[in-house]
Amino acid sequence: MDPQVQELQEEARGAGEVTMELAAKSFKAFMLKRSSKSNLNLYDHLARLLTKVMDERPRDAVDIFEDMSQEVKRAELQDTQSTVRDATPISTAAALAEQQRALFSQRVGEDPAQEEDLVETPLPNVPELTFYLEQAGVGLGKEEMHRIFLALKQLVDTQPLQRCRFWGKILGTESNYFVAEGEFREGEDEEDEAAEEEERKAEHDMDAANRLHKLADKSLPVVPKEDKGTGANKCSYFVCREPGMPWVRLPSVTPAQIIAARQICKFFTGRLDAPIASSPPFPGNEANYLRAQIARISASTQVSPLGFYQFAEEEGEEDEEAARGTLEENPDFEGIPVSEMAESLSTWVHHVPHILEQGRCIWVNLAEKPEEDLEDEEEGEEEKEKEEEPDEPEPEVGPPLLTPVSEDAEINKTPPWTSKMSSTLVSQFAIAVLRSNLWPGAYSFAFKK
Amino acid sequence: MDSDSLRYSLDLVSGCGLTLSCEQRAALQTSLLILKRNYKFSRVLFWGKILGLRSDYFIAHGITEDEMRNRKTLYSFNCVDWHLLPPVTEAQLAEVSLLKEHFKGDPSYEYEHTETRGLDEGDEAVVEEITVSVKMTEETRLAATVFNIDREVSVVPRGAFIKTPSGRVQVNRCFEGLSESEARKLSSYLHFSEPQHLKKKTILETADLNPSIDFLDNLSEDTPKGSWSLQFERGSISVLRSLLWLGLTFFHVPMTPQHGYIYMGDGMKNHYLPFML
Repeated sequence: MDPQVQELQEEARGAGEVTMELAAKSFKAFMLKRSSKSNLNLYDHLARLLTKVMDERPRDAVDIFEDMSQEVKRAELQDTQSTVRDATPISTAAALAEQQRALFSQRVGEDPAQEEDLVETPLPNVPELTFYLEQAGVGLGKEEMHRIFLALKQLVDTQPLQRCRFWGKILGTESNYFVAEGEFREGEDEEDEAAEEEERKAEHDMDAANRLHKLADKSLPVVPKEDKGTGANKCSYFVCREPGMPWVRLPSVTPAQIIAARQICKFFTGRLDAPIASSPPFPGNEANYLRAQIARISASTQVSPLGFYQFAEEEGEEDEEAARGTLEENPDFEGIPVSEMAESLSTWVHHVPHILEQGRCIWVNLAEKPEEDLEDEEEGEEEKEKEEEPDEPEPEVGPPLLTPVSEDAEINKTPPWTSKMSSTLVSQFAIAVLRSNLWPGAYSFAFKK
Repeated sequence: MDSDSLRYSLDLVSGCGLTLSCEQRAALQTSLLILKRNYKFSRVLFWGKILGLRSDYFIAHGITEDEMRNRKTLYSFNCVDWHLLPPVTEAQLAEVSLLKEHFKGDPSYEYEHTETRGLDEGDEAVVEEITVSVKMTEETRLAATVFNIDREVSVVPRGAFIKTPSGRVQVNRCFEGLSESEARKLSSYLHFSEPQHLKKKTILETADLNPSIDFLDNLSEDTPKGSWSLQFERGSISVLRSLLWLGLTFFHVPMTPQHGYIYMGDGMKNHYLPFML
């Protein structure tokens, strides 16, 4: 080639290099220009971004490049925010943790050696319960159950209970309820006299209101509620929102509440004083509705193996209504093989009395009203009396205690119970599980020792 | 719920009362891995459990490339042997809402349900009766129920999934979790199914949304209001429970990318929801 052309070409290349250098410099100056909006410049941003990619070396970096770019920008901006330090708000988690910490501290003055001398502690063996329920596929998580265990211990220490049991958990829309069932020792039930008085007054007021409502329908007397310690009010129930928070005792249930609860279906909100707006109207607030539902669930789903409980011997009892209510553990119980329990429903029996239509466990004859009331009504209703009121209302009879579960009625073509073994692979250590289809969430298990 | 995180996630959802026994958990860990290999899924999710009268169904989802489309559903009785569920048609989805009995536990059981509905034609006094009869096997009913539940109440936190410009939905690897204040708002959670309300929104409302994250329906637009229960269990875990399909639980640990949902229940829609609120 012509050497002159070669020289020119070299010169052009040199000049090209110089122009390339110039172009690079001007582009770098362009990149270093700060943006008018965010005060960042492209050069620093790219440098930081590429450093981040170098450090982290993520997989498929090109796909997440834009997201990483956004993150770097966000991180950059946060450093230049206000110099005032935010007061760290106490999160609800920390507040709850403080309360639950009290569960884990031992009470002052408790001597571990002394505790062994105590006769029978009413505290249930919750870890064992957790283990067996987990095999059945039911559970709240081990840590949660342990916290419940400690909360029950707190309950037992503060209230004189003879027997205590973790009944279960009821879910609500805003918060949940943990329910414990307890039986007070005889004579130790300390429901305040004042509280009872208030209740009676409230009931009286409501009766008056009801009477105004039902002027035309005078044949609806109020069914008296069952006494503490009998029938539907045999056990007391305590609820708390989270284990660690104080236990609140639920009021006793009245038959009117049970009858109303049978007719409505409402979600629980988690606040005990919330009103229940329903049709037909429910006499009471959420605490009463909760108690009524607990009573219904206990009456329908508490079961035990056949023969575990037997009737206590009562001699000379002629009054049928009061007898047959006491059960005691059968000391000769030997245990039924697990496979039998899982297959046939007649090996399980109810051990809580059934609630009659009236709303009580023991039927009360309402025709025996005090005379003062009858007088007023008789004058107004002499003609209608024969048609409305039968001569003597027939006593309501429910299935007696200890009836096998196989005799429960079906609803909507659904058998009320489902039973199965917890494991088919290791059947010698499996447990039998009984699940209720009427009250989803009620489970019973049995294991032969 | 991702099969890899099943171990600790189950503890977080167990507030609803139902969990899996140890044996089932162990069986799931092995069988889901085998499933992943056989069907060549990119992710396997344990969807939940539907209780039947005689036996329960365990359901799993297999995901290939796109997170939302072409999901395969499988069921099993013992967490070891899995069977593929058939895809469902729109007609079957509509029919399944007429069946109100419990699941029996036998996939070959045939449901037969006939319903007569009176239909008034305008001012005519004559009422025409329409007899609707539904016949389906339990397997189809199961597939339709799972699809319905996914379509109506599956939940993911906002930002956990992104939509690429090509239309594919992917896991967002830069998702760091919702903040504590965001986790308390129902609007930070989205339905994980084809959006229905999104297209009806005005431009004013969509101006604030980020199209790669907000391509799904928001939970706060569900009717009736109050069909979700948002709680903070144990103080720091955000748990969402659906009141429309009782048994669906969603959990999310704020400030971490952990989230998941599971359904443990009897597979029946709660038609009485408006009366119960």
